[in-house]
Amino acid sequence: MAAKKKITKTTLPKTPTGIIGLDEITLGGLPKGRPTLICGGAGAGKTLFAIEFVVRGAMEYGEPGVIVTFEEKAEDLQMNVASLGYDLKKMQKDGMIRMDFVHIDRSEIEETGEYDLSGLFIRLNHAIDAIGAKRVVLDTIENLFGGLTNEGILRAELRRLFAWLKEKGVTAMITAEKGDGTLTRHGLEEYVSDCVILLDHRVIDQISTRRLRVVKYRGSEHGTNEYPFLIDEDGISVLPITSLQLDNKVSSQRISSGIAGMDQMLDGNGYFRGSSILVSGTAGTGKTSIAATFADAACRRKERVLYFAFEESPAQIIRNMGSIGLSLQQHVDAGLLHFHASRPTLYGLEMHLVTIHKKITELKPRIVILDPITNLITAGLMPEVKSILIRLIDFLQSNQITVMFTALNLNTIVNEQTDEGVSSLVDTWITIKYIETNAERNRGLYIMKSRGMKHSNKVREFVISDDGLDLVDVYNGPDGILTGSAREAQQVSEATGAEMRKYSLGRKDKQIDRKRKALESKIASLHEEFDTIQDELSQTYIEEDLRKEIMEKNRHQLSQKQSNGKRKN
Amino acid sequence: MVKEKIKQAKIKEEKWELRLYIAGNTPKSMTALANLKKYCEQHLPDKYTLEIIDLLVQPQLAAGDQIFAIPTLVRKVPVPIRKIIGDLSNEEKVLVGLNIRPVKK
Repeated sequence: MAAKKKITKTTLPKTPTGIIGLDEITLGGLPKGRPTLICGGAGAGKTLFAIEFVVRGAMEYGEPGVIVTFEEKAEDLQMNVASLGYDLKKMQKDGMIRMDFVHIDRSEIEETGEYDLSGLFIRLNHAIDAIGAKRVVLDTIENLFGGLTNEGILRAELRRLFAWLKEKGVTAMITAEKGDGTLTRHGLEEYVSDCVILLDHRVIDQISTRRLRVVKYRGSEHGTNEYPFLIDEDGISVLPITSLQLDNKVSSQRISSGIAGMDQMLDGNGYFRGSSILVSGTAGTGKTSIAATFADAACRRKERVLYFAFEESPAQIIRNMGSIGLSLQQHVDAGLLHFHASRPTLYGLEMHLVTIHKKITELKPRIVILDPITNLITAGLMPEVKSILIRLIDFLQSNQITVMFTALNLNTIVNEQTDEGVSSLVDTWITIKYIETNAERNRGLYIMKSRGMKHSNKVREFVISDDGLDLVDVYNGPDGILTGSAREAQQVSEATGAEMRKYSLGRKDKQIDRKRKALESKIASLHEEFDTIQDELSQTYIEEDLRKEIMEKNRHQLSQKQSNGKRKN
Repeated sequence: MVKEKIKQAKIKEEKWELRLYIAGNTPKSMTALANLKKYCEQHLPDKYTLEIIDLLVQPQLAAGDQIFAIPTLVRKVPVPIRKIIGDLSNEEKVLVGLNIRPVKK
């Protein structure tokens, strides 16, 4: 026996659809060689979905496909999808696609007795064999129910058809109209049970969103959520809410914010490359200025920047930023800075996301700025905005693109959560708020969070001047935090104090000097006095000595005189 | 394989061009053919042409007449085109479908 037998999971062979995002949700595509049911209401995009499946199969995977339509004539269909850039005519000529329009007109058909749908089988078989098709689309087979009355035969034949398709080994896509309370109007899901995808088109608050859900997928894992999808000039793109894994690469490279003071607050180096930065603040706190400065710094590093403006036009931003000494026009001219301005209400959020996606894939910027995301709320509901942003951040991080959002706080109290609730998603969150004191408002900037780096806990004063942005230490004195002119006044008074002290110090020195001098002269006079006294004293001594000497002399003379007298006598 | 043309020599003003699509010699197809021949002989003597197309042999012909069910009888002429699907077991329905005035017996 082998020591350990590796458990080999037999995964279901899959056929990639080539539809952006769908293969991600279904983990590889649709079940190979089996029929898949696409259901949805009118205008949900079923036909396009099916056509794209075949066209992409032909264009990207070299798998020829057969399109059998029951609704539209081949020419009409060709025309409809031509707007998406699919040249069905050419592909038919190249033998990659074969179209067959099965027309069922009840008015010209009479049923009598037993029949079967062999005719359809034969046509299908003929079409498949003619080009060696691997993919088959039946759009919308339910039309048979409208054309034929004998439902018993029809159901039996459909069951046979799907079995036959499986046997034939083609990956089939069958579209069906959504029924009332059921997935399909005629219960086709009974027959096609391998994979069922539901398309939905909802209008909420006048903005429509298309959604897709994999209802079932036998024998395979799949994303179970409702995923928004879009139809634009490039066809369908499904946007997975989040990619199923959280395994984005990370970079430890740091990039400057363009504001020296800010970099200093962020561990001295600025943001991480590929991180997401949220700048929130009340109206007029300079969020756009921070974003523009960041963009300017990046352009100076010769990095490409994509700026999505949802509030101002590019010209307006360029003009306004000129007032703080930023010349954005030169970056635009150099092709480094790209603006994309659109009104948030122009289209639904999904469309915004796709536009952003597209622009990013097209321009491949290193830095993306969204200014502001708050305005997107007007285009959608809060949870939607959040889901959009999650996906956007996810997408950007997987591409190592640094993103900066600006967000408007509607109230002056800084919430722990921003209105969009993206704070938990972003890596660095900078908040600017007004500090209102002494009849003026000053901007206080602080870093709420910054993952993976030491960041300052200080409130710094954010100063916008003609030369750009700067951060100044706020004055934190015994009277509390002082900003703006109060801070300046405090600084001035401190400077004055210092000057005064210096002056007073000099005066005291002089005084002491004088005192010393006086003292010294006093000492000198005392010395002199002492000397005089000493002199006098010594004089006295001398006089005394002299007197003594004279007295001695005198006594001696006297005594001599006395002795001489006696002798005479 | 069964591709035969039955032409009646006599040319009349009103001529019926019929086509029967079958797929092999299945019982349903055979029943349909037998029924059709019977009705035609009875109601359209010498006024019809019948073409039988076996789609197993000529599958490419199925699309032209929009055939999806087997057997299908197509009345090409007189216009408008009419189709009758099934084994044609109901004589009345077939006649109504082909817009043939039955010959009184």
